[in-house]
Amino acid sequence: MSVNLTLLIVMGVLYACGIYLILERSLTRVLLGLMLLANATNLLILATGGYAGLAPLFTKSTDPRDFNDPLPQALILTSIVISFAVTAFMLGIIYRTWALARQDDIQDDVEDRRVAKTPSFDAEDDSVVPEETSEFPVTALTEAAKEGGPL
Amino acid sequence: MNIASLAPLAVVLPILGAALTFALNRNPLAQRAVSIALLSLTLLLECWLLASVWTTGTASVTLGGWQPPFGVVMVVDQFSSLMLVVSSVISLAVLIYATGQGMADGDREAPVSIFHPTYLILVAGVSNAFLTGDLFNLYVGFEILLTASYVLMTLGGTGPRIRAGVTYVVVSVVSSVLFLIAIAMIYGATGTISMADLAMKLAEVDPGTANLLHAMLLVAFGIKAAVFPLSFWLPDSYPTAPAPVTAVFAGLLTKVGVYAMVRTETLLFPGDSLNTPLMVVALLTMLVGILGAIAQSDIKRLLSFTLVSHIGYMVFGLAMSSVAGLAAAVFYVAHHITVQTSLFLVTGLIERRGGSSSMDRLGGLAKLSPFLALLFFIPAMNLAGIPPFSGFLGKLGLLQAGIALGTPLAITLVVGGVVTSLLTLLAIARVWNRAFWRKPEDADYPAAALKDTAAVGLLPRTMVGPTAALVVFGVALTVFAGPLFQLAGNSAEQMLDRAAYIHSVLGGNAKVPGVAAPQGGGK
Repeated sequence: MSVNLTLLIVMGVLYACGIYLILERSLTRVLLGLMLLANATNLLILATGGYAGLAPLFTKSTDPRDFNDPLPQALILTSIVISFAVTAFMLGIIYRTWALARQDDIQDDVEDRRVAKTPSFDAEDDSVVPEETSEFPVTALTEAAKEGGPL
Repeated sequence: MNIASLAPLAVVLPILGAALTFALNRNPLAQRAVSIALLSLTLLLECWLLASVWTTGTASVTLGGWQPPFGVVMVVDQFSSLMLVVSSVISLAVLIYATGQGMADGDREAPVSIFHPTYLILVAGVSNAFLTGDLFNLYVGFEILLTASYVLMTLGGTGPRIRAGVTYVVVSVVSSVLFLIAIAMIYGATGTISMADLAMKLAEVDPGTANLLHAMLLVAFGIKAAVFPLSFWLPDSYPTAPAPVTAVFAGLLTKVGVYAMVRTETLLFPGDSLNTPLMVVALLTMLVGILGAIAQSDIKRLLSFTLVSHIGYMVFGLAMSSVAGLAAAVFYVAHHITVQTSLFLVTGLIERRGGSSSMDRLGGLAKLSPFLALLFFIPAMNLAGIPPFSGFLGKLGLLQAGIALGTPLAITLVVGGVVTSLLTLLAIARVWNRAFWRKPEDADYPAAALKDTAAVGLLPRTMVGPTAALVVFGVALTVFAGPLFQLAGNSAEQMLDRAAYIHSVLGGNAKVPGVAAPQGGGK
């Protein structure tokens, strides 16, 4: 299987830039990174189709080996449509983040931070049990009697 | 008649429903009727598929007239039809619950005109992922369900949901890109993406290349299934979504990842080349997940962590690659989908009744609403694996398979499984003690709704009904555990044998390659 070296190099550069960008904290850069990754992957799929050939329109006189492999191109088409939809949705989310919080950064999970700061000592779980050995404490009974409830 | 020719309807019906409900977006009543009717129809169809596959065996259908291995095929075998039935039961119950919530709230919170079409598309994507016999079509199924889930996750567009949605979308897109890269490389190595054809051709690929492709697929599916260390996105993003959405995500989305892992491990890459790392990962998933659950004070977050933790059990069963282990994993998947979804639905009810899902604010719910307490107690004990519930039976099956395998790592996992089960009980008991048993005034910051003893209207029948039905379905999995385990065993045997699957797609003359590496014990 022969491959096109230019396409491979472009693919590598796209992957490198994409991975660098999705590691950023800014949402717009993350989105750009995802787009680059998707396009790099499209090039990868194209490369799996092998050498360039004739358009796969069947004619009897052509040797089957001269045709281009049509399947990867069908896959790329699907993948382009999907990444287009996801990009549009991400843009919507980024705009919404901007409208709500006036910032473009990925925000921390507040509850996660709170749990992480919780000391291992839990007042309710770990405190000493108050001394009350009887199963039916006297105080509770008298209180119930005072309220006129059933004993 | 080939029964599989009906299989595409399991995808088409929900999509048809999505189109109809989208057209009816001004008429909520008609929307509800259409979506519930079409999902019920889908469920009936899938029950029929399951019944016929049980008697006649694996069947497949080619779409668009392209003969395999070139065209897309849909394959119905026992595992996929079981997953279809369970997932449809779940999605129908959650749909009725969400409808009930919408009716009770007067549709103020969620824009209902978007909810129904999106939900049905999610169901279609899940069905597609279960049915497909083509690797790229599996990717498309994943994308359908993920895109629908992005919309559901950020429903309403409030601050916390957008924040959680960003994490979820970015992680999911990265996992999809990884999956697509793996597909491209598999096509480059073998020249096919039909799963049955791959099962034949991957046997001829150089073992090093095969291991790379195998690992890439497992990482991509591992992110979707929330397997440690790829699980951190889940407890961060699930709890903020609306209760029914979280419930259906918890039940279905991670299990689609597990399903894809099972297919990868059994059909595409049989043998035990990556079983050891899978086992280590399963152990870590169980332990790290459940330790995270114990630290939480919010019930939804706690349940999200138990969800991660119990994915470890399924990966454990899968990693043994023995009939007993795989059968227990299949049983456990069916059990866990049901139980985890019921628990999230009950949490939604708790949140309505108690005004909060934080254990610091709840108390006295057992007295305030005894039926709610019962609805929580049964699936909670089921999740923790208390006999005689299905959770116990599934775990018992896994532990027996692990002991039958007998390697030191398998025994470590058996011990880890027991510890995880006990810790799950501890986490669940904390919820029970705090939210249900203690007095409301003992709570750190008691919620105002707890004082209102007359507010029965907060729990409308349309929401309690489907929750109760799902709890009963979970108990039914226990009562009918015998036939279910038999089904799981049959499907495990079929999956490890592979002949039925390959013959059904490529015709009876296809020669099934033998498994290179010896399989583990427990047969």
